[in-house]
Amino acid sequence: MGGHSPCASCKLLRRRCTKDCPFAPYFPADDPHKFAIVHKVFGASNISKMLQELPVHQRADAVSSLVYEANARVRDPVYGCVGAISYLQNQVSELQMQLAVAQAEIFCIQMQQDPMAMPTPQFDDDDEESFLLQHNLPQYLNFASSSSDVIQESFKKESPFGRDMVS
Amino acid sequence: MNSKRCAGCKYLRRRCPSNCILSPHFPPNDPQRFACVHKIYGASNVAKMLQQVPVQQRAEAANAMYYEAYCRIKDPVYGCVGTIALLQQQIFDAECQLAKIQAEIAVLNGHHEATHQNQQVNVATSSANFTLESGGEGTFSSTYDPSICQFY
Repeated sequence: MGGHSPCASCKLLRRRCTKDCPFAPYFPADDPHKFAIVHKVFGASNISKMLQELPVHQRADAVSSLVYEANARVRDPVYGCVGAISYLQNQVSELQMQLAVAQAEIFCIQMQQDPMAMPTPQFDDDDEESFLLQHNLPQYLNFASSSSDVIQESFKKESPFGRDMVS
Repeated sequence: MNSKRCAGCKYLRRRCPSNCILSPHFPPNDPQRFACVHKIYGASNVAKMLQQVPVQQRAEAANAMYYEAYCRIKDPVYGCVGTIALLQQQIFDAECQLAKIQAEIAVLNGHHEATHQNQQVNVATSSANFTLESGGEGTFSSTYDPSICQFY
């Protein structure tokens, strides 16, 4: 008697889980919540379409990011992930300001200690450009003007994929 | 009934009722906006999600959905989560750089203070070379050398 147990998606959708099921590798039966949440936000057919359009080796990451987005959307039905992006953008701006102040301070100290040795500081205009523009990423601040503080702290600490993704 | 259908009803080729939930947020002059969210979420999920938020927050919710859908179309693997990861990395890098610069400032300030104190000590000691002469039947002279803290 062969037969494997249905994956979480086929269980939820109450259908036969074939060996070619596109969801089975990413939605194991022991984590029904994972599929339930992406189905709630995106819908099973949209998930299937999105996965089919990707090479196999990228599907696991795609599923992880979809689960992350879906969780964010459920936690914050108004802003979803965008609340976190706004918050993080503000943090980046604040840190850039603090860096500029610290760099100016160090320059002043060095000027006081050895005025003849200091070259003229070069302030690159590109530093002022938003991080997202530098990386050709869409800026949410152009889409909307406010953000939610409901999930900001959790997004500050929570890395979508752990450190590996960004290392 | 709206004489002009919203972008959602136009796309779905259906009648646009006067109380269409999509209509305020997907105007007919911006068909791409609806096409984006429909591709990622599907029209019925968009309508469902808008139903679940208070009316005064639906515009923000629609904007956020559009932004996320746009990011997902631009980056089908990571969507806007890629942006979050990049921002978190940039924050981490900036915090490290800031800590480094602040440490440098502390060192420079400490070095400056130490140098300043040494200079004060040198000024004090150079003016402390003096000669004692006492009168009386015997006379003697004594010179204090601050470098060895002794009279000779």
